[in-house]
Amino acid sequence: MSHLEVFNDPMACREAYRLMLLIRRFEERVIQLVNTNEIAGTTHEYIGEEAIAVGVCSMLDRADVIASTHRGHGHIIAKGGDVKRMMAELFGRSTGYNRGKGGSMHIADLALGIYGANGIVAAGVPIAAGAAWAAKIRKTNQVAVAFFGDGGANQGVLHETMNIAGAWQLPMIFVCENNQYAVTTPSIQSTAGPGISHRAAGYGFPGILVNGMDVENVMSEVFVAVERARSGQGPTLLECKTYRYQGHFTAEHALKLTYRLQEEIDRWRAEDPLLLWAAKLEERGILTAAECIDIDNQIKELIEEAVSYARASEWPDAEEAFADMYVTCYPGLPARGFEWNAN
Amino acid sequence: MERQLRYLQALREALMQEMRNDPNVVVLGEDVRQSLRGITKGCLEEFGPDRILDTPISEAAFVGLGTGAAISGLRPVIEFQIGTLLYVAMDQLANQVQKLRYMTGGQAKIPVTYIVPGSGARPGLAGQHSDHLYSMLIHCGIKVLMPATPYDAKGLFTAAIREDDPVVLFAPSAVMGVRGVVPVEEISIPLGRAELRRIGTDVTVVASAPLLVETLKVATHMEQQGLSIEVFDPRSLLPFDHALLESSVAKTGRLIVFDDSNRTCGFAAEVAAYAGESLFQYLRAPIVRITRADLPVPFSTALDKQVLPNAEQLEHAIARVMRYNPRLQATTHG
Repeated sequence: MSHLEVFNDPMACREAYRLMLLIRRFEERVIQLVNTNEIAGTTHEYIGEEAIAVGVCSMLDRADVIASTHRGHGHIIAKGGDVKRMMAELFGRSTGYNRGKGGSMHIADLALGIYGANGIVAAGVPIAAGAAWAAKIRKTNQVAVAFFGDGGANQGVLHETMNIAGAWQLPMIFVCENNQYAVTTPSIQSTAGPGISHRAAGYGFPGILVNGMDVENVMSEVFVAVERARSGQGPTLLECKTYRYQGHFTAEHALKLTYRLQEEIDRWRAEDPLLLWAAKLEERGILTAAECIDIDNQIKELIEEAVSYARASEWPDAEEAFADMYVTCYPGLPARGFEWNAN
Repeated sequence: MERQLRYLQALREALMQEMRNDPNVVVLGEDVRQSLRGITKGCLEEFGPDRILDTPISEAAFVGLGTGAAISGLRPVIEFQIGTLLYVAMDQLANQVQKLRYMTGGQAKIPVTYIVPGSGARPGLAGQHSDHLYSMLIHCGIKVLMPATPYDAKGLFTAAIREDDPVVLFAPSAVMGVRGVVPVEEISIPLGRAELRRIGTDVTVVASAPLLVETLKVATHMEQQGLSIEVFDPRSLLPFDHALLESSVAKTGRLIVFDDSNRTCGFAAEVAAYAGESLFQYLRAPIVRITRADLPVPFSTALDKQVLPNAEQLEHAIARVMRYNPRLQATTHG
């Protein structure tokens, strides 16, 4: 479906709103569960950036590929991920997407073209390019999207991959989610030049600055980029300006860091992507305030179902720790840390 | 007369046969179309530009590209022009391609082969082109093969391309010119099977591929002194053939590991640790490791031999394990 059809299709407009809200509520619930230690470790919440994941993925087909980041829950939900299996993965259960071996930063669903979130900044970018390269030589008409942040924009492997994608005209889209901070370091302090979108020019393809708080703007630009990729015109870089409302990771608030002023956070909250989209849809007579509440209630139910599912799911068997390392195993592989049966 | 090929030609034959068998086999690497190394000579002409691509000098990116393409169904063969360039791509190797199957709960199948022709030290190349870094890869659980003969080069390269997991194949510079019998038909040697290159009764010498020829010379020489040396060529470093090593050490009771990588946490250390833990009951003398020093290989040909393992050290080590007597040692140290 093209963006024009989406804008003229009330169902699709509402679905974009529903997905954004689903991401928001999922993340809010995850924060609670991390704080009560039901979810081990920490997560990186996507709150504030929902318009990008939904704007990008709603322009993709099921067979198209995405490679996500450490802040990946939003991408996975937007690409069609099942919140039950996501939640079960966060709980470390056997019913999770990765059978409990990946957790928050690594959720993957190859059947949906989700080649995985990734714990190393920008490391998924060349992997997405590999999918694009395979699509090109096998003529499958797929497009691959590499998500990365303003932090990832300064990784060498991103530049290597943009160069290859430009030189080989790969059918891919580089989506930079510029939330303006690499953990606590402001992007403007660590990023040279006039802006990340300008870097595409050096590799010979379009780089476009996008309002990442406006799902309509994201969809429009992704639509054009997808058309370019599918018609053999090569890659596009979209720099989506956005803001994360939470800290870099769940427990950051406990550190009492001072790298952002409250006024700045409030200023961006006033541009909330959900409020913005709901207001536009209301103005166009597509969505009422009452419908928003209905959608919210349905989502909350869906998420509680996911939490119940995760809680009720089995923990993986101990032997599961030694499975899935290799397609083909051999005696002694994988090596274990202790030989219980040694003489 | 049986057909003879050089090691390099055997590698090339394996690649060409696999590319004919399976249209998903594609080649990526630096200068592979011109084939600086010779393995991919003729690929461009026979298979066309879609199946063999010269990459920019971007090791991390092209390893990542191979990973994504393999998950998508291709079977990339990635040639590293220089072995130490693996260091440049370490995140993509150790932290990505090797972990993604496990971390996705078994969803991903990633059949990629990395071939490292001319690996190891050659005179006059100095420290940054000479490391033999297979130990680092097996430490990460990556399957690693290192054939020593043309027959094994063809059989193991074929097996690597057919394997559904990432495999790194080192083709050491020391053996690239060796000639030997290689059948015209396809051959595939299973991973994890070592080969005894010489049968003996007094000492087992585990000799990795670049040191095999020297080891066999030493063994022949020592025979004149009445010593019977068994030469164990691991071929497959991971998986490793523990069973064959056990049967060899059970017979000889003495073990020397003669290896071309660094000493600390190296391949030799792993083999020695295995033997110390699991073959202790057979051992009649302490295990001896002969390895590189933990130093960059120096440029001068007067210095490099101080750092690299050599035949003289092996002869000395064999003499040492043969004269070892626990009672004498106890007296000396007591």
